[in-house]
Amino acid sequence: MGSLIIGGNSRPVFGFPGGVHPPEHKTDSSEAPIRVAPLPPRLVLPLSQHAGAPAEPVVAVGERVLKGQLVAKAKGVVSANVHAPSSGTVTAIELRPVQHPSGLEQPCIVIDTDGRDEWIAHAGISDWQSRDPAELVALFREAGIAGMGGAGFPTAVKVAPRKPIDQLILNAVECEPYITADDRLMRERARDVVEGLKILRHILKPREVLVGIEDNKPQAIAAMRQAMDGTGMEVVVVPTKYPSGGEKQLIENLTGKEVPSGGLPADVGVVCCNTGTAHAVFRAIEHGEPVISRITTLTGDALARRGNVEALIGTPVIDLLRDAGIDERKLHRLVMGGPMMGFTLQSPAVPVVKTTNCLIAASAAELPDPAPEQPCIRCGACAEACPASLLPQQLYWFSKAGEFDKAQDQHLMDCIECGACAYVCPSSIPLVQYYRYAKGEIRKKQAEERKAERAKQRFEARKARLEAEHAEREAKRKARAEAAKKRAEAPAATAVSAPAVDEAVLARLKSASLSASSEYKAAVKALKDAEANGGADIDALTRHVEELKARADAAKAAVRAAQQGEAPAAAPAAPAIDLEKLKHEVGEASSAYKAAVRAAKEAEDAGAANAGELRAHAEQMKQRADELKAKLRDAKAEAPAAAAVAPAVADTAATAPAAAEVSAPPAAPAIGPEQMKQLKAAVATSTRQYKEAVAALETAERAGADNLDALQARVDGLKQKADDAKAALEAVVAQMKAAAGNKES
Amino acid sequence: MVLIAILALVALALVFGAVLGFASVKFHVEGDPIVERIDALLPQTQCGQCGYPGCRPYAEAVANGDVHNKCVPGGAETVVKLSELLGREVLALDADEADQVPVKKVAYIREAECIGCTKCIQACPVDAILGAAQKMHTVLVDECTGCDLCVEPCPVDCIEMRPVAVTVQTWTWQKPDGIGNAPARRIPVTNEAA
Repeated sequence: MGSLIIGGNSRPVFGFPGGVHPPEHKTDSSEAPIRVAPLPPRLVLPLSQHAGAPAEPVVAVGERVLKGQLVAKAKGVVSANVHAPSSGTVTAIELRPVQHPSGLEQPCIVIDTDGRDEWIAHAGISDWQSRDPAELVALFREAGIAGMGGAGFPTAVKVAPRKPIDQLILNAVECEPYITADDRLMRERARDVVEGLKILRHILKPREVLVGIEDNKPQAIAAMRQAMDGTGMEVVVVPTKYPSGGEKQLIENLTGKEVPSGGLPADVGVVCCNTGTAHAVFRAIEHGEPVISRITTLTGDALARRGNVEALIGTPVIDLLRDAGIDERKLHRLVMGGPMMGFTLQSPAVPVVKTTNCLIAASAAELPDPAPEQPCIRCGACAEACPASLLPQQLYWFSKAGEFDKAQDQHLMDCIECGACAYVCPSSIPLVQYYRYAKGEIRKKQAEERKAERAKQRFEARKARLEAEHAEREAKRKARAEAAKKRAEAPAATAVSAPAVDEAVLARLKSASLSASSEYKAAVKALKDAEANGGADIDALTRHVEELKARADAAKAAVRAAQQGEAPAAAPAAPAIDLEKLKHEVGEASSAYKAAVRAAKEAEDAGAANAGELRAHAEQMKQRADELKAKLRDAKAEAPAAAAVAPAVADTAATAPAAAEVSAPPAAPAIGPEQMKQLKAAVATSTRQYKEAVAALETAERAGADNLDALQARVDGLKQKADDAKAALEAVVAQMKAAAGNKES
Repeated sequence: MVLIAILALVALALVFGAVLGFASVKFHVEGDPIVERIDALLPQTQCGQCGYPGCRPYAEAVANGDVHNKCVPGGAETVVKLSELLGREVLALDADEADQVPVKKVAYIREAECIGCTKCIQACPVDAILGAAQKMHTVLVDECTGCDLCVEPCPVDCIEMRPVAVTVQTWTWQKPDGIGNAPARRIPVTNEAA
C-alpha cells in the first residue's frame, strides 16, 4: 500500500483496505453551536452503560441526591461508577427500556429532579503533572469514565496496559454519517480536549501522541492544531472513508501496524481513545466532575432544530427530541448511534447514556425500510468493501447454513460489524445481521460448553466426596467389627492360658498380657477418635475400654502370679463375666435395633427429614446386634473348654464359681422389680399421653385450628418419649432375660 | 548369495523391529479416548434421564454398545453428533414429543414453602442447591443444569422448573428470514421467556 502525505500532515498515512463512501449528512447538524439541553423532570440512569458488569446501586428509593453524587458503584474491575447528573430524589430502582437493540429492559435508577441543580462538594487537581499516574487512573475510575465513542469500555482499565505504549491515538475521525458531536466538541472546546490528552499522555508515557481526524472537518483540524501547538502532539488528517474511525482501521491507517486477530491495540503498543473520553478525562481531573453529561448529535429530517446538545446522562430521548422540535408525523425510524452501526430504538423513553453520540429521527425517505433480501449473485462487492480483509460472502453462506465452525475458520470473530458489506450488497442481503446471529450462536455455544465443563467438574467433585464419605464409614465399621472380634477372642486366650503354670503357659500368659494391653491402648485411641468426631457410640466404647483395662490388669496380675509360682486367681473368672456381658450386650443391641427400625419406619411414614438417617442407623444397629450374637455364640463354644480346664487348677477351682457368683449378679440387681414397675408405668403414661395428643391433633385439624404445627410438634415429641420409654423397658427386659439365662447356664 | 540376502533381510527386520518396539513404548496412547469423546459431546446436565447416573456413565455405556439416542437434554443435535462420531445410524431422540426441542430451564424453590428437609440437596448431582436441615434452601442459578432431579424428592412440591429468561447479556440477534423477506425492523423480544 502506497503511503501519501495529505492535508498539511508531516507524516504519511498508510491507508486500510476496503471501505465505503456513504452520503455524509454531516452539515445537517455541524453548523449550529452546542446547546445545553433543558433539565428534564426525570432522569433514568441504567446501571449498565458500559462494557462489563453492571454497577451496583448505593442509594435507596426516596433518598435525596446531589448533582455529581455516586448512585451506583462499579462492581468488579471491568465496570464503571454511575453518578447523579442533577440534584433530586431517587423515586425508583426498576426495570426500564434501555439502549439495546433487543428492546429488553434493564435495572435503572430513576431520579426526579428538583430543578435546583445543586452540586455535591467537588474539586479538581491542578498539579496533575506531579501526581502518580496510578492516582489519576483511580480518579478516572471514581468519575465513571467509559469510552464515549460507542463501546463504552471503562477507561481506567484501558489506560493501565501491561506493555509499554508507543502511540497514544486520539480517535477524532468520526467517520459515520450524520454524527458531528466530536467535530463540534473540537471546534468549541479544543483546549479542553487537548488538556485531557495531556493527562492521558502523562499516564501512559507514549513515544508519540497522534490525533486522527477525517479531512471533512477542516475547522476542527484547525482548532486542534492551534490548541496543540508546541505540545509535541500531532494531528494526522486521514482521507474521508467509512469506517476509518474503526479502532483497528485507524491504527493501521496512522501507524501501519495491524492489530492481531483476537488481540487488543495494546498488543501492538497502541492505546486509542475517543475525543469525548479525552474531554471527560479533562473534566474529571481538572474540575473533579464525574461523567454526568455528554455531547449528543440530534439530527434527521423529522427534527426542526438539528444540532448538538450537551445532554445530561439519563435524559429520556423523547425530551431531547421534543426540545429539538420533532415532527412525529414525519418520524419513521428513531436510531441511536449512526446509520451504519446504530440500532433502532424500540421506545423513545430510552435515556441518553455515556455512549450515546447521536440520535437520528429519520423520515421514511431518509432511512427507508430495508428492501427484501435477494439471492446472492456472487459479485464480490462485499469482499472489496470489507475493511477487515475478510470474505463476507463465505461468512454469509456459512452463517446462513449454520456452519459456525467454518465461519469461525473464516475469522468471523474479526468482523467489526461496520456494515460496509451490507451497504454495497446489490441483493440487499442483511449481511451484518447474519454475522451477528452467527456470533451470537457461537458465543451461546461457548457459554454452554463452559457451563457443561463446570457441571462436569462439580459432578465429579461430588462423586469423589460421596465416595470418600462412604469409604470412611466403611473403614469405621470395619474397625468396629475388628475390635469386637478381638474382644471375643481375648478372654478365650486368657482363659485357656490361665491354668497350667509351666514355662509355656507363662510365655502364653505374657503374650496374652501384652496383647491385652495393646488392645486396651487401641481401644483408648478409638475412643479418643470417636470423641473428637462426636461419634454416637462413645458410651459403648468407654465401657469397652474399661473392660479391656480390667482384663489387661488381670492378665498382668496373672503373669505376676504365675511368675511367683502362684495359680492365677482372677483369670478363670473372666470367661464367666464375659459371657454374661456379651449376652447383656446382645440383648441391648437387638432392642436398640428394634427401636431404631421402629423410629425409622415412623419417620418415613411421617415423611420426616431424617428418615434416611434413621434407616441407616437401624442398619448399623442390626449389624452390631448380629456381630454381638455371633460373638456370643463363639464365646459359648469357648466357655465349656474353659470350664473343662478350670477344675484342673485344684487350688483355685473353688474360687472360680465364687467369682462367677460375684460377677454374675451386678447386672441384675441394678434392675430390681421396683424399677421394672416404674419403667412399665412410664411406658404406659407416655403412650397414653401420645394417644391423647394424637386425638387432640385430629380434633384441631377438623376444627381448622391454627396451632396445628405446635400440636404436631407436641405429638412428635410425645411419640419420641413413648418410644424411648418402650425401648428402655425392652432393654431392661432383655437384660434380665440375659441375666436369667446366664444364671441357668 | 541367498545367505547374504537372508542376512540382510534379518538385519533389516531386527532394526525395524527395534524401532517399532521403541516407538510403541515411547508414543504410547493412554486409555480409550472414545469414552472421553462421547462424554465431550454430552451436555453434562447429569440428569440421569438416560437411565445412567450421570453423563460419563452414559458415555461409557454408549461406548459399550448402548443406543445413543437417550440423551434428552442434548436433543436431536447430540444424537446426530454421536452418530457422526460413532459411525452409527442417526436415530430419533428417545423422548416425548414435548422434549424434542430442549428448552433451557433452571430449578426454582418457592422459598416460603420450603421446610428445609435437604432432600433436594441430596438429589442435586452438581451441588447447586444451598441450604441446611430446617433452613430454607435456594438454587444457585448459575450452577443449575436444569436436570429436574430435585423436583420429585421434594415432600412439599415447592420446586418448579422455570425457563431461563432472556437478558441483555444472553440475548442474540435472530437469523434473518432469508430470501424474499426484509429484515424485521422491530425485534419481538420481551423480558418474559421466549
